[in-house]
Amino acid sequence: MRNVLPVLTVVAVIFVAWYIGAVALNATWAQDNAARAGVELSFTELVADTLSQDKPKLPAPHQVAVEIWETTVEKNITSRRSLVYHSWITMSATLLGFVLGTGLGIALAVGIVYNRTMDMSVMPWVIASQTIPILAIAPMIIVVLNAIGITGLFPKAVISMYLSFFPVVVGMVKGLRSPDRMQLDQMKTWHANGIQEFWKLRFPSSMPYLFTSLKVGMAASLVGAIVGELPTGAVAGLGARLLAGSYYGQTVQIWSALIMAAVLAACLVGIIGLAQRLVLKRMGMA
Amino acid sequence: MTTSPVISAKDLSLTFHTDDGPIHALQDITLDIEKGDFVSFIGPSGCGKTTFLRVMADLEQPTGGEITVNGVSPEEARKARAYGYVFQAAGLYPWRTIGGNIRLPLEIMGFDRAAQDERVKRVLELVELDGFEKKYPWQLSGGMQQRASIARALAFDADILLMDEPFGALDEIVRDHLNEQLLKLWKRTEKTIAFVTHSIPEAVYLSTRIVVMSPRPGRISEVIESPLPKERPLDIRDTPEFLDVAHRVREGLRAGHAYDE
Repeated sequence: MRNVLPVLTVVAVIFVAWYIGAVALNATWAQDNAARAGVELSFTELVADTLSQDKPKLPAPHQVAVEIWETTVEKNITSRRSLVYHSWITMSATLLGFVLGTGLGIALAVGIVYNRTMDMSVMPWVIASQTIPILAIAPMIIVVLNAIGITGLFPKAVISMYLSFFPVVVGMVKGLRSPDRMQLDQMKTWHANGIQEFWKLRFPSSMPYLFTSLKVGMAASLVGAIVGELPTGAVAGLGARLLAGSYYGQTVQIWSALIMAAVLAACLVGIIGLAQRLVLKRMGMA
Repeated sequence: MTTSPVISAKDLSLTFHTDDGPIHALQDITLDIEKGDFVSFIGPSGCGKTTFLRVMADLEQPTGGEITVNGVSPEEARKARAYGYVFQAAGLYPWRTIGGNIRLPLEIMGFDRAAQDERVKRVLELVELDGFEKKYPWQLSGGMQQRASIARALAFDADILLMDEPFGALDEIVRDHLNEQLLKLWKRTEKTIAFVTHSIPEAVYLSTRIVVMSPRPGRISEVIESPLPKERPLDIRDTPEFLDVAHRVREGLRAGHAYDE
């Protein structure tokens, strides 16, 4: 409970800055409108106007809050207008991509640790893969997969996988190599084979590294899913909400989708953090 | 059968090639260890005592000479699980209980569950840790953890116990206690023990033979047969015989120019 006050302080500072920003950025529009109508705005009227515009440059927090309330609680979750529905679409792609990416990441890490050729050759490609802007490659993945008849959830999950396998590879290579020389010698004195060494020593030892990687991977996976929704013609998902919002200048809708994405990421990463605490405590490693 | 030595090294050499030139870790080591011996290796850092132990365990490859363990090469002996190796650190897995840690080599070696249970129980009694099977390593003191690691090395009934400064990180009081326990254990199990140490009193108290080594190149400068009886209470360390052996070890270390840095 001791850290509640600092957290609340930071939140308060953010809100104050946000409101000041909203007033400052939306003032021009309000002034122009007033000028056209031939009226003079008092300071209070100006502030009131900047915080209640339909398409503000920067919507005020309460406008976003109202929008989120209306599109979550007050809408049927199966409705196309429900943010819960869109979050669900994005989350399912995120989770599938996360699972695929984690699997791919662990598989590559095992290959790198156990196979000298892979050790020498794979890592540069893994790093190169992440230097390509995802915005450039995402449409290609969608188009190519579409061409072979794969549409819907899976292409988005592939983009999520593309982003989320990287932290898992890096973390797991380090984790699987974390047993020290003595532990490996010890395994050798027992004439353990590679599989035993992996399951009894290397894999358990890598758990702290795995969970750290999973947190980064989950966040990356969500970004991947949202990016994957942008070139799909804005059908559904948080990415589609962002895209539709920007087409029609619906800044309130954009911001509420952004906040929703952030909340979703925080929840998903939080769940991994919880699992991390439980598992590592159980394993005597925390 | 009974006459052949358990470990036999002849003109054994090991040279590490480093960027600063070759390091002669071992040179012309010739030594036989008989069944039931308790042999201590003592000498300053860099004298090759740990390297020699690692060669016995097939953890290092000699570059010259011959060595057999149980009459076969160290590699074959290792694969036949001829020895248990105790490292300086207990090296228990934090995610396994004490029982689970002792079970680890047994699982690897394919003992069935019933045999595992029976052996875990037996070796825990041997190191006087009965009742601690379900505890986790962090719940035990450093000395108890090292006893658990000895139990783990004993669990699969290897005839040879290789110990690399197992009590080096422990305080003197705990060390005395563990030395006493180790002697009891050695008498009960009739294992052949090779024991690396820095401590003269420890070497003299435990051993039937003390191998004094000197560095650069790592070689044996003297082998001292202990006249002490097999029955050794801790206060044997105050007897003239004990002090005489300790004196000879110290002389041996000095003669090998071990400490003239």
